[in-house]
Amino acid sequence: MPTTTDTALLDIAGLTKRYAGVTALDEVDLSVKAGEIHILIGENGAGKSTLVKCLAGIERPDGGTMTFGGEPHRPAAAADALRAGIQVVHQELALLPALSVAENLFLQRLPRRLGLVDRGAMRRRARQLLEQVGLEVSPDTPVERLGIAQMQLVEIAKALSGDCRLLVMDEPTATLTPRETATLFTQLRRLTAEGVAVIYISHHLEEIFEIGDRLTVLRNGRGVHTGPVAELTPAELVRMMVGRDLDAEYPPVADRPVGDHLLRVTDLKVTPDAPPVSLSVRSGEVVGVAGLVGSGRTETMRAIFGADRPAAGTVEVRGRPVRITHPRDAVRHGISFLTEDRKAQGLVLDLPIAANMSLAAIDQVSRLGLLSHGAETAAARDLSERLHVRATGPHQKVRALSGGNQQKVVLARWLAADTDLLIVDEPTRGIDVGARYEIHQLLLSLADSGKGVLVVSSDLPELLGICDRILVFSKGRIAGEIARPDFDAERVLNLAYSGYLKNGISA
Amino acid sequence: MSSISVARGNPRTNRVVSQVLGEAGIGVALVALGVFFLAFAPHFGTAQNIRDIMTQITLNTILAVGMTFIILVGGIDLSVGSLIALCAVVAGTAMEGGGAGSIPGAILLSLLIGAAAGFINGFVTERWRVPSFIVTLGMLYVARGAAQQYTGAATIYSLPESLTSFGTATLAGVPAVFAVALLMAAVAWFVLSRTVFGRLVYATGNNEEAVRLSGHRTGVIKVICFMIGGACVGVAAIVYMARLGVASPILGQGYELNAIAAVVIGGASLSGGRGSVIGTLLGACLLGVLTNGLLLMGVSDFQRTIVTGAVIIVAVVLDAYRKRLSTRLSVAS
Repeated sequence: MPTTTDTALLDIAGLTKRYAGVTALDEVDLSVKAGEIHILIGENGAGKSTLVKCLAGIERPDGGTMTFGGEPHRPAAAADALRAGIQVVHQELALLPALSVAENLFLQRLPRRLGLVDRGAMRRRARQLLEQVGLEVSPDTPVERLGIAQMQLVEIAKALSGDCRLLVMDEPTATLTPRETATLFTQLRRLTAEGVAVIYISHHLEEIFEIGDRLTVLRNGRGVHTGPVAELTPAELVRMMVGRDLDAEYPPVADRPVGDHLLRVTDLKVTPDAPPVSLSVRSGEVVGVAGLVGSGRTETMRAIFGADRPAAGTVEVRGRPVRITHPRDAVRHGISFLTEDRKAQGLVLDLPIAANMSLAAIDQVSRLGLLSHGAETAAARDLSERLHVRATGPHQKVRALSGGNQQKVVLARWLAADTDLLIVDEPTRGIDVGARYEIHQLLLSLADSGKGVLVVSSDLPELLGICDRILVFSKGRIAGEIARPDFDAERVLNLAYSGYLKNGISA
Repeated sequence: MSSISVARGNPRTNRVVSQVLGEAGIGVALVALGVFFLAFAPHFGTAQNIRDIMTQITLNTILAVGMTFIILVGGIDLSVGSLIALCAVVAGTAMEGGGAGSIPGAILLSLLIGAAAGFINGFVTERWRVPSFIVTLGMLYVARGAAQQYTGAATIYSLPESLTSFGTATLAGVPAVFAVALLMAAVAWFVLSRTVFGRLVYATGNNEEAVRLSGHRTGVIKVICFMIGGACVGVAAIVYMARLGVASPILGQGYELNAIAAVVIGGASLSGGRGSVIGTLLGACLLGVLTNGLLLMGVSDFQRTIVTGAVIIVAVVLDAYRKRLSTRLSVAS
């Protein structure tokens, strides 16, 4: 048993963080005791990462107080949090591949003698740390030669190399094998026995019940429950995560005649080892794709569109088998794809609205390779009006627009391309309520006009609000499909978590 | 995510200011430099000196116009200086001792070699995802070696007379070779601002993934840019021979850096997506005027080189500052 004391090491009260109108954290309380493993759980976007960022000094909270070790904790930069003894192991690895394990471990404080790196001391201390996390590699191994799981362990060792009173782990086991996970847990227990507190973020319910002492459930940026893990069942936990306000408004969903198959994907594998995925979309259908981040939703859509090459599988468009090896093929066969990251993969920020809108249908505003600026501007005006884009005009640079208007510009690009099937990935993430409603309306009207729409979203109410049926991804495969009459948030979440739980969830 | 922010100051003034900063900054600098030399450099403003400047900047203008395409898609071409030598010796050999009839074939040959080398530069860069900096550095050696191998390190002298007389001809007071450079700049401007290809060049330089995901083959676009750059080198090789009447395998050393300097002074971003032919043209003029004016003022060769280097650094620093300011203003308006 860990030595748990009653005094809290970390005390967070009323923590609030807003991003341009979106409240990511809404008066969250969290108390972590020395020597305990405290689970932080919640849906995608519930606020877990934001909380960690505030704690680690990466983001500045807009309200609330944090007390760490009895003193006010107000980190202005990541270095402040580190100095206080808060170490975070992020999901993304931050190692320098060409350097050795030892060099990576001590990058921030290389042991020095006479101004030179003291390699002997570095190696000795590296060996101790590696032993602590149960990683059996030489400290001189270049990090690039390690497997992903081993790199993860190096990250953890790195966190332990400094003064560590609170260790925050953001989904550390996502890439670990069960044996490595077991090693990690043993080491975590050893740490807590020494009085270190751990905040542990994970989607794996099974792990949570195995390692957690207490947990805090976040929902929509609010803390909805704190208590000992042992007092809950997995089913109760899922219910707590889902039970979120479904008060957002959605446009009325009309009964639409469903037509022929527009798209049929059979046994698609995104990588050679991935499970096969099959799905279909008919004309006039809005099909939702739910699942946790990393469950294979986006990867599957990218493979269908030709953004990445799938390892196996067949794609039929309107009943005819097609070969899609490049987005160009997909567009030619009538498939559009609105990417989840509109800045990195969608917008050309330094070009004007008009140029962004014509990008996928540039043939329509040109002849013999010559651009018609007049036709392009006119088309952009029409689309801006249709989508209610708020801007000074078609020549305004996209960079200057708000998130919602930027998203409308990318959507307009695909409306101009006028394809039969539109795949949208996180169509309303990070945009205001008004624009969100308009985008939902637009997607529904596309289906009304006989097109097919595939909506990937982490926003469950959104999927429940506008889809005809929902496919639920879990750990790379489609764990189930739910039709509109049977829509139920809890059911979707149970399916979404099912792949991460060996025995399923029993109530 | 920034929502449309409240305009600080008058939006129209902001837009004008940001446009001046964005496009005209280099022009203002050029005019200021011209006024300075008119005042302090003897004979700077004479018709003959203006013609001299035009002749002097012709080669760099042609090379820089081609380089603009490459830099716009986020690439760089270091092989320009060697490649011009290779094009020149091969085309020069084809014309050696020949009459006017041998010229068209030689021009075609020079263009083909330039474009082929550009294709290799672009294709290797794209196919194996290696930095064009390294690929074209390799090409720099390959082309130089090939030029020397081709002639046995000898220089070719007996070029057709009609070619060399073109090199000294004037068209309505303007050197004919400079007219060629201007014509190429005009065509490049048209291609970049009025064609689908030009649009895709800018878009690819800005956000390649977005362009690819909109259904365009960005790799092809980039390779074509390298080929255009190579073809411009081919033209420059002919112009070189026309002006100097020789083709030597050691000519052109350091030309790539002058071309890159002109493009960068012209406001292009080395990460791609930003820049213009007009800027490049002004950049080449600025470098030429600077060299010429300092020469007339009696500044020594070494000091000129120092000043030129300093101007490049100042231009890039001003540009970085200007970019930040104009982004802020355009967001504000």
